[in-house]
Amino acid sequence: MPRVVVDVMPKPEILDPQGEAIVSALSTLGVSGVTSVRQGKRFELDVDGDDQTALERARDLADRLLANPVIEDFQVRLDGGPREVGAQ
Amino acid sequence: MSARIGVVTFPGSLDDVDAHRAVRIAGAEPVALWHGDHDLRGVDAVILPGGFSYGDHLRAGAIARFSPVMREVVDAARRGLPVLGICNGFQVLCEAHLLPGALTRNAGLHFVCRDMWLRVETVRTAWTSGYEPGQEILVPVKHGEGRYVAAAGTLAELEAEERVVFRYARGNPNGSFHDIAGVCDASRRVVGLMPHPEHAVDGLTGPSVDGVALFLSVLTAHV
Repeated sequence: MPRVVVDVMPKPEILDPQGEAIVSALSTLGVSGVTSVRQGKRFELDVDGDDQTALERARDLADRLLANPVIEDFQVRLDGGPREVGAQ
Repeated sequence: MSARIGVVTFPGSLDDVDAHRAVRIAGAEPVALWHGDHDLRGVDAVILPGGFSYGDHLRAGAIARFSPVMREVVDAARRGLPVLGICNGFQVLCEAHLLPGALTRNAGLHFVCRDMWLRVETVRTAWTSGYEPGQEILVPVKHGEGRYVAAAGTLAELEAEERVVFRYARGNPNGSFHDIAGVCDASRRVVGLMPHPEHAVDGLTGPSVDGVALFLSVLTAHV
């Protein structure tokens, strides 16, 4: 059964206050050189069917449920497989 | 016969009881609707109350959008039924695509709980016809994810069509674009806002009674 990974990230133009909080926490820790952090979500879906069908179903679910396309971009790929662009 | 206003309770709704009370104070009859309901019991309008429906899992409002009652609400709204989404209800309406844009984490990351002044930017909606244009009202705000964002084109459209219904008038608590506290759809019958007018209906418990006019407005919208 294919495992599909869906990565969801806030769109670049959307403020990510959690990422900014992590950057300031890093400086409190004495860590330097990390200038930007963006926080997103990773979903792992075990899907019936062949790889192509699983990818298509995951892409549909990402668009309808896992991501909110108003504020988030997503990428869909097979676990361990090459990274594939799922949405702009 | 008084108007019947449905109030939806999702698992995790918190402010449904106050919404019932606000409807009663306005002289209408509140009708309890459950998230699993497949019909709206012939109500004249629907309120989606505040809270944390389905624990805010995934994103606020993202799971509630797929509940059976929301299928009915979306259909009815497209036929012209007035719908009001308050706080989590606003988030649900955005997730259901009845309203444009999205609500994201407050810019300062803090949960904000305080009374805020809002300016009523348009009285041409089913829920604000009882206000004066430009009237400032004092209503409680309490949310962690109330920062209204939308694409630049969407914001321009909202402003051009005067669909920004409420704006924070004296300070922006969450970093919302254009100080937006509430918007409406193109039909002007679906309104969502982050602040809580249902908590401003009784001088004993609220900072004002400025919220009552929302619940009165919808009665005239329907008569």
